[in-house]
Amino acid sequence: MKRRDTLKTIIAGTIGGVALGTSAAGCEPAANPTTEETQATGLYGRTPDELARDKKIMAEEYLNAHELATITVLCDIILPASATAGSASDAKVPEFIDFIVKDIPSHKLPIRGGLMWLDGETIRRFDKAFTEASSTERMAIVEDIAYPDKNNQRPELAPGIAFFNYMRNLTLTGYYTTQMGIEDLGYTGNFANTWDGVPEEVLAKHDVDYDPEWLAKCVDQSKRLDIAEWDDDGNLLT
Amino acid sequence: MQIIKNDQVYDAIIVGSGAGGGMATKILSEAGMRVALIEAGPFFDPKDPTTATQMKWPWESPRRGASTTRAFGDFDMSWGDWKVDGEPYTNTEGTDFKWWRARMLGGRTNHWGRISLRFGPKDFKHKDVDGLGENWPISYDDLKPYYDRLDKMVGVFGSKERRYNDPDGFFLPAPKPRLHELYYIKGARKLGVDVIPARLSILTKKLNNDRGVCFYCSQCNRSCNVYADFSSSSVFVIPALNGGQVDLYVNSMVKNVTTDENGRATGVSFINKEDRKEYKLKARSVVLGASACSTARILLNSKSSQHPNGLGNSSDMVGRYLHDSTGASRSGLIPALMDRQLDYNEDGVGGMHVYSPWWLDNKKLDFPRGYHIEVWGGLGTPAYGFGFDTTHLNDLVGGVSGGYGDKLRTDVRKFFGAMIGFGGRGEAIARYDNRCELDPTVVDQFGIPVLRFTYKWSDYERLQAKHMHDTFEELIDAMGGIALGSKPGKDQEYGLHKPGEIIHEVGTTRMGDDPRTSVTNKYCQLHDADNVFVVDAGPFVSQADKNCTWTIMALAMRTSEYIVEQYKKRNI
Repeated sequence: MKRRDTLKTIIAGTIGGVALGTSAAGCEPAANPTTEETQATGLYGRTPDELARDKKIMAEEYLNAHELATITVLCDIILPASATAGSASDAKVPEFIDFIVKDIPSHKLPIRGGLMWLDGETIRRFDKAFTEASSTERMAIVEDIAYPDKNNQRPELAPGIAFFNYMRNLTLTGYYTTQMGIEDLGYTGNFANTWDGVPEEVLAKHDVDYDPEWLAKCVDQSKRLDIAEWDDDGNLLT
Repeated sequence: MQIIKNDQVYDAIIVGSGAGGGMATKILSEAGMRVALIEAGPFFDPKDPTTATQMKWPWESPRRGASTTRAFGDFDMSWGDWKVDGEPYTNTEGTDFKWWRARMLGGRTNHWGRISLRFGPKDFKHKDVDGLGENWPISYDDLKPYYDRLDKMVGVFGSKERRYNDPDGFFLPAPKPRLHELYYIKGARKLGVDVIPARLSILTKKLNNDRGVCFYCSQCNRSCNVYADFSSSSVFVIPALNGGQVDLYVNSMVKNVTTDENGRATGVSFINKEDRKEYKLKARSVVLGASACSTARILLNSKSSQHPNGLGNSSDMVGRYLHDSTGASRSGLIPALMDRQLDYNEDGVGGMHVYSPWWLDNKKLDFPRGYHIEVWGGLGTPAYGFGFDTTHLNDLVGGVSGGYGDKLRTDVRKFFGAMIGFGGRGEAIARYDNRCELDPTVVDQFGIPVLRFTYKWSDYERLQAKHMHDTFEELIDAMGGIALGSKPGKDQEYGLHKPGEIIHEVGTTRMGDDPRTSVTNKYCQLHDADNVFVVDAGPFVSQADKNCTWTIMALAMRTSEYIVEQYKKRNI
């Protein structure tokens, strides 16, 4: 569609600028958005309302410097650098947590309260905040709260165990949704491809197989670009 | 308030640009009729890079795709969900109906599951089988030619299976099953649960020169930028705009249909969301495709001295017989899929490659209608929620739950792609008392009275959900897996989802031969006003254990051609 036609098809006065802008862009083949347009959408396809909300949340301050410092130490205990991949803070997990507690406000209290519990416990044991404790002191506490207490043998630690689980969840999500995390995981999708079944070497490791009758119903990828034609009985001819 | 009138008289005003409205726009405009298409949301083209989300990575979203602002996550292509700002709806006591609305060109077709199942011969005459509900005034044979043309026009992959109540069509070839689906096929066959290739409107092969071919990113819910999946925006409306017969009005919220002294429609009134003014448009006919409930709302809000109970509502049937598909879901861990090889791209098409159509005889069961099983699993792109409680899966397989450090990296890799999940989607019985009506006091931000829902499930649906859960556990077991969580009991309605949650609401303007018990005739034409038609799921008499979109479009094609015929005969 030409821009001229777009204007003609939409009655002047009833339509906002949004529609005119997007319809014109939509009909030009793969036009690159201008810098202005790209920034306006926040790079991931936001509507104007969503973009305004993102901006507002990013401008809001919730976690303070001490809380973020404690989160950084904890994240890197949960996921330190490995032999082949960076740590949680290398993947900017603390920045993600800083954002997500504002985006999903139900996270605010468990995180803030949990951090205070952790500092309280560290003060009780070592008379200092968690960030000021030595590595040995920190790990003494972490060892106590990093595993479920299935038989409720140490109920006084239950809030700490719940908090550590919360932090582990947010750290894993924050890490494995970054490029670093996805590479470490080994997920190898999200690119254009031509799916043609599970590779033989993978099938060989599992007790399943393709049966020929089923395969006969499946796409012959060498003919995918031939336009479909059928006989009157619905049998594909091409 | 200023009312702006436009003197042009269209041949047809089409309200709503989703599956039904899009089809009507295509058919009417191609027949030479002058059409105004009115959409409540903004313009949308799946290939517009400023709004596209396809192939985005999770880190491009600061919330990593979480569902904070979009119910199905940041990358899902539905603008609007069960909540739309400034446009509430209400429930009577004891009802918790959820109403999804997508405010954008193409509506919900931009994100739908593309599951494209024809209704079968039994589905149109199910009262003859079990005495429940009502028969349709048309049969499968009436609709078959339209399904056939729809398959070729829009494209659907599948396979010829010669099943009586799951009729075959003109299919594109199916994609090969992925690894978890091979496990499902094996487990289902062991149990005697039928399993066949899925039927989705995704182009696994070239259909025509206007649309691309699937490149297997698994993201049809984000709407395809090469138009390889069916969205009404890309496949119907945008091409129709190029034909020059269509004026598109976006951000325009239709309030009511206007009528003359004879009770016939003269056009519509709508609110322009940009300037918040009311406009009037004139036409020889009005085609409502606003979605089953929105269309009912427009009709109920179209009161006049000729139609004191709302347009088309002399029978008091508008809004009644509202029903959604039933749904229940369950997931499990398949130990044989743990620590699997990951170095190949298994994304596949958007959605399932295999499914189970209804395989049993209800005469031998304690509930009257069937359901099909949708299957999910495999290696998806991580998003918000990935890794949550993953380490606790160790409890199921004798490992250590919890911990930190490199152990977590091992846990995450061990369980990645080892899960299987099922969604049961079944047929509910349409009931007179399940309805939407106008709330007597509440209006939306445009001053338009809103809908109030009353909806209760019966044991027909609850016992079906119970059967779904029993079957899911058996399937997980047959796959060598371990079901997660516990089976919901009677106090939880056996895990039956809330009405509206499956987003297949139909039946609010049901068709029939008797004007006292139906809203439209078998051509989806109002009994009370012969130049008003409905092309969404409102005219459905029953839902079937199929998803509704393919039938919406086949019916809309049939209705649209009937409109063209009436237009040519100068009846409208």
